[in-house]
Amino acid sequence: MDLILLAIGCIFVNNILLAQFLGNCPFLGTSNKMETAVGMSMAVVFVLVMAGVISWMVDHYLLKTLDIEYLRTVSFILVIASLVQFVEMFLKKSIPALYAGLGIFLPLITTNCAVMGVCLINIKEEYTFVQVLVSSFSYAVGFGLALIIFAGLRERINIARVPKPLQDTSIGLITAGILSLSFFAFKGMV
Amino acid sequence: MIESFLFMLGIGAACSIVLSFASKVFYVYEDPKIALVEDNLEGANCGGCGYTGCSAAAQAVVAGQASPTVCVISSSREKVENIAEIVGMPIGTAEASLSYNMCNGGYRATDKYNYLGVMSCKAMEIVFGGKRDCHIGCLGLGDCVKACAFGALIIGKEGFPVVDDDKCVGCGACEKACPKNIIEVRTLSEKLLKMNQQNDPLAPCSQTCPAEIDIPRYIALAKAGKYKEAVQVIRMRNPLPLTCGRVCPHPCEDECRRGIEDEPVSINQIKRFVSDFEMESGSRIPIKCAPDTGKKVAIIGSGPSGMSCAYFLRRIGHKVSIFEAMPKLGGMVRYGIPEYRLPDKVLDWELDGILNLGINAFTHVRFGKDFGLGSLVASGYSAVFIGIGAWEDYDLGIEGEDLEGCFTGINFLSRISQGEKLELGKTACVIGGGNTAIDCVRTLLRAGLEKVYLVYRRTRKEMPANEVEIVASEEEGIDFIFLAAPTKVVGNDAGHVSKLEYLKMELGEPDDSGRRRPEPIKGSETLIDVDTVITAIGQSPEASFKDQNPHRRLTELELTRWNTIENDPEVLTTTIPYVFTAGDAATGPSLVVEAIGGGRRAARSIDMFLKGEKITPASDSLRQKRIRESIFEEVKGIEKIKRAKMPELPVEKRLDSYVEVDLVLPEKDAIAEANRCLDCCRLCYNPDKQQPFV
Ligand SMILES: Cc1cc2nc3c(=O)[nH]c(=O)nc-3n(C[C@H](O)[C@H](O)[C@H](O)COP(=O)(O)OP(=O)(O)OC[C@H]3O[C@@H](n4cnc5c(N)ncnc54)[C@H](O)[C@@H]3O)c2cc1C
Ligand code: SF4
Repeated sequence: MDLILLAIGCIFVNNILLAQFLGNCPFLGTSNKMETAVGMSMAVVFVLVMAGVISWMVDHYLLKTLDIEYLRTVSFILVIASLVQFVEMFLKKSIPALYAGLGIFLPLITTNCAVMGVCLINIKEEYTFVQVLVSSFSYAVGFGLALIIFAGLRERINIARVPKPLQDTSIGLITAGILSLSFFAFKGMV
Repeated sequence: MIESFLFMLGIGAACSIVLSFASKVFYVYEDPKIALVEDNLEGANCGGCGYTGCSAAAQAVVAGQASPTVCVISSSREKVENIAEIVGMPIGTAEASLSYNMCNGGYRATDKYNYLGVMSCKAMEIVFGGKRDCHIGCLGLGDCVKACAFGALIIGKEGFPVVDDDKCVGCGACEKACPKNIIEVRTLSEKLLKMNQQNDPLAPCSQTCPAEIDIPRYIALAKAGKYKEAVQVIRMRNPLPLTCGRVCPHPCEDECRRGIEDEPVSINQIKRFVSDFEMESGSRIPIKCAPDTGKKVAIIGSGPSGMSCAYFLRRIGHKVSIFEAMPKLGGMVRYGIPEYRLPDKVLDWELDGILNLGINAFTHVRFGKDFGLGSLVASGYSAVFIGIGAWEDYDLGIEGEDLEGCFTGINFLSRISQGEKLELGKTACVIGGGNTAIDCVRTLLRAGLEKVYLVYRRTRKEMPANEVEIVASEEEGIDFIFLAAPTKVVGNDAGHVSKLEYLKMELGEPDDSGRRRPEPIKGSETLIDVDTVITAIGQSPEASFKDQNPHRRLTELELTRWNTIENDPEVLTTTIPYVFTAGDAATGPSLVVEAIGGGRRAARSIDMFLKGEKITPASDSLRQKRIRESIFEEVKGIEKIKRAKMPELPVEKRLDSYVEVDLVLPEKDAIAEANRCLDCCRLCYNPDKQQPFV
């Protein structure tokens, strides 16, 4: 039950994009087309789960035991970046089909702030290993959800009449704001 | 301090060791060309090309799946050329694609509603498919113009995109941007082999033309005085405009939209005018061919179907040789259609133009006797086209048919056209009601005979010959004997024809086809005095090549029971994979345009075969079916304007020679006739007078 609540909390209430405002650059950058948005979401799910797990392990078994937690951020960056590289090579060799789908997105999100943010939140909230799994996955799903909704909106906006000064990113940000307001309605849920 | 330093060092070392091992273990060989190609792409990873990012696009280029022009945002020709060089595709031979707009509706198209949305075709398309009445037509807001990075497109003053061929690099961005599939980026070869499809913006006449000529486009050019450009448009589909301009029974005119309210446009005379203009001008319009592919194709028979197939294959870059049994090229058009309808001089000029493209022709060689499939394959021909026409006359199967003075239609016409002097006497009768029969009659009248009968089973109404031909023969003094079935040819003591006996017929009950069936009247035998009898009751392909050919493979070539070659009418394949056919040999006796259209269709299949592709028909291929919505019941805004009358040689002057009878329109009349054309598209057209807006 707790885990379900945690998942709902991560997907809706604390949505990484719309409530925590992390990962805004892929949010605006890859939301122009539904196709890319879907690819990006899948890549984020993939990377976030792995990064969450590995960073938790680094924190738990290395940093905590050696008592050097102040090196957390910097070591996370290093580990996550290497992890993504590794995964990219692995996919290219072993699952080329998946690589073809996620290919260009993987390096894009190497140390994207959403990924980093989730890893740090996981530690801050002192989650257990299982909780880390659930929260990383749910945050990623929340990211995907917001991105896909937003891509859908933008496809509509692209063909709507927008006053000149507000075109492109400006109207995107305004829409994102309104979207985030609507996500605030989830606040009372958990 | 030290411990943190050591820790970072350790974790960094660990990561890099893992990664360097991984890069060995998970090493995937990548063609070094891919990286080189990628350097020449824009690196935006935008996915606009349809591949996931630049490196995927580069891979596709190296694998030969995408063209060097794959990048949709690249704006330099130089980069494209670099890529072409890297993948070893010499620039010269890469056939350039050009953008091409098919719709000429524009502002004249009627609107379904008033659109107030964003000025983007894509946006408008989302609202009920756009405001234009025609569901395939151009919306005119210029998404293609915005997509073009080279400034090669503008929305013209008529409201549809106009392409500047010099600026177009064939990147394909416009085609992708257009929500209506109106603009296409195609190579010359692709354009030459394009078949009419259900969703094309086609005027009724173009739908009907068996050769699928873009009729409104050439008429519009003729109207503007651009006669040579008009001929070029015709030559995209029909290599024999001079011939067709003279002998085509123009089925297109029967469907002409103007014809619904007025007399149809005289389409064929405009064709004749522009093509005669080219010939009279003394210089030939250069005909472009695609770069050589190095593949060889053998064409058997040099009739319209063979010439057309050879012409299209040559233009798309294949090597072609023609093998012809007769002394000269041209097939039935030379040996069947008489001089007074199509002078040899004109035909020679036309055929020379085709041979000039670099086609070898061998005459006096008969397939089956002098060479066979085996020898063609052995000399390196990868595909064979059989267009041997229908040269064997049917006989009546009556007594006395082999007497001296009896001829069959094709045999008679081809001997006359080769200049043979035949002993014909004073009176002759021709049996049959088709074009061959009428041609025999008119030839006999010119050979100085005093009386020429035409004996036909049914009545004039049912005669299959072209109406104009029948009228011309009436003017020249033919004697019809309708409702007559020959029963016997009577000879004199010398074994020469002296009389023809026939039974009178009457029209009985209508048969399945709705025509009333003629039935003989008992005891009505009648005799007429004649010196010559010509039977012209139909032909079938001459299939003796099959028995004479020692090559075993040929036994696999199936024939139908009419001796035509078994084929798939859509793609013209036969029962042997590398043999194709078209024209009379495939359909039975038909028309010149039909054979030309067939030749092109076969060329398309042969091209697919040579490339190792599966031979498939064009999707939704129209093949002379009508597009329902484009065939109207009534046409608004038409003022009746008289159709140009074809100038003819006066009857008195005709009979003592074989001079051409039908003459070409004077320029002024040809332009006036072109101005009668409504410049139709699928739904829209230019009315003569504006209609009140409803
Ligand atoms: C008298 C007459 C009048 C006509 N008038 C008209 C008209 O006014 N309008 C119209 O549209 N159509 C007309 N037609 C029909 C038209 O001529 C034919 O439909 C058309 O020519 C068919 O073209 P093709 O290429 O299939 O065959 P063909 O033109 O018959 O050509 C076949 C060629 O193959 C050659 N050949 C045959 N056997 C062999 C072999 N074994 N080896 C090598 N070569 C071989 C022949 O010599 C010939 O050159 C007329 C036909 C006739 C007979
Ligand atoms: S009016 Fe012109 S375009 Fe229209 S059907 Fe007749 S010939 Fe074709």
